[in-house]
Amino acid sequence: MSQPAAGVLKKTPLHARHRSLGARMVPFGGWDMPVEYSGIVDEHMAVRTRAGLFDVSHMGEIELAGADAVAAVQHITSNDVAKLAVHQIQYSALTTPQGTFVDDVLTYKLSDDHLMLVVNASNIMKDFNWITEQIAGLGDAVAVNTSSRYALLALQGPASREVLQPLTGVDLASLKYYWFTTGEVASVRCTISRTGYTGEEGFEIFAPPGSAERVWDAILQAGKGAGVLPAGLGARDTLRLEASMRLYGNDMDETTTVLEADLGWIVGWKKAEFLGADVLRKQKAEGPPRKLVGFEVLDRGIARHGYDVYTDGIKSGVVTSGTQTPFLKKAIGMAYVPADRAAPDTALEIDLRGRRMQARVVPMPFYKRAK
Amino acid sequence: MYPPDLKYTKDHEWVRLDGAKAQVGITDYAQKQLGDVVYLELPEVGRTLGKGDVFGTIESVKAVSELYSPVAGEVIEVNGRLTEKPESVNTDPHGSWMIVVRISDAGQTSGLLDAAQYTDLTK
Repeated sequence: MSQPAAGVLKKTPLHARHRSLGARMVPFGGWDMPVEYSGIVDEHMAVRTRAGLFDVSHMGEIELAGADAVAAVQHITSNDVAKLAVHQIQYSALTTPQGTFVDDVLTYKLSDDHLMLVVNASNIMKDFNWITEQIAGLGDAVAVNTSSRYALLALQGPASREVLQPLTGVDLASLKYYWFTTGEVASVRCTISRTGYTGEEGFEIFAPPGSAERVWDAILQAGKGAGVLPAGLGARDTLRLEASMRLYGNDMDETTTVLEADLGWIVGWKKAEFLGADVLRKQKAEGPPRKLVGFEVLDRGIARHGYDVYTDGIKSGVVTSGTQTPFLKKAIGMAYVPADRAAPDTALEIDLRGRRMQARVVPMPFYKRAK
Repeated sequence: MYPPDLKYTKDHEWVRLDGAKAQVGITDYAQKQLGDVVYLELPEVGRTLGKGDVFGTIESVKAVSELYSPVAGEVIEVNGRLTEKPESVNTDPHGSWMIVVRISDAGQTSGLLDAAQYTDLTK
């Protein structure tokens, strides 16, 4: 169940808190991270019905600054940065020249000459080296790995706003989805963004590492009456999958294109040029050979990452993510299948340790919160 | 916390002996490691198991684990109610028996741990 620890695991500024809360810790992307506190189902349901507080300080931050920083980010990412206003955020892909994923990122526009990419923990050094190489010679733009300057907390769930509001002078109701601002939380200067990886309303809070415990404690204290729970990576994974959000390394990587991952909406088709644009434009015109789809298992059993998918009796794809979802109470997942087998209601068979389970393609997202 | 009337294995199964019959389940320690149990696959009645043979699988939200038989013998009962309600393994691990095995040779229960030895193992 647990993976062997390779080398010394890094600890987030909230590590002691996880220990004292009795979290089960696991190695993840080089970090010693809490996988669960009271249990994955309990924490998942808390986020869907009340709120949960996650420590996601393992995520990385890479900042690009300079007069040509916007042009540099335009070159290395798929989405159109020109659409971003200052204080706005966009989901994007850091692409290879083949149109595949170096990583998936959130691009924060801090100012007209300063952007920040929030990247996956296990990719921080790879991304930083890649970006530095790719922007060399692109004018006045420098990349800095600022990951150690931020602790990152995510408060997610329908009660998140009412819990956080008394702790900050920022008017959270006026903060729109995928926008951010700066302000104090529990008297600590933070960046607050209306983002998340759960499919619920929620906020992510970038805090100085030295003050992270203060912010963490204040939120849990303020959330006691509302039933806010600390939540770990286990619930984060089941929540993001229910909301059909991709996980790098599972659902896409350097071998899958942005279109195969069915993320055409994060490609700025009107942009003049970016890494992988030619491949993606060609694939858009011709149609990708395979596609990431959502599926529901009809038999008993959970289809997990790496299980083979069969269509018309032939091995034709692979499961990238799968779980039993605590809220929908179904076994769901995502898989790459041939593009002509990607339509909803297509019958799939998934090999579960020698037994073929029946499944069918369903539209994503599996879960969408009521507005 | 581990009932003194049960025997235990290093693989975190428990055994409740009743003459030549052995009820088998997994321990509180095992269910905590697994987290929320969602599926249980158990063998058919009549299957012959060797000591240490895989007799089924248990799935939690986060992991799949195999179940190992602590004793050799024939499966004479399977807890169908538990496969319908596998979350009982979390709430009542030592009451959630999975199978009953008719032990083929009484001598083979000698290697099992008692509650105190098992408690030490899980410390």
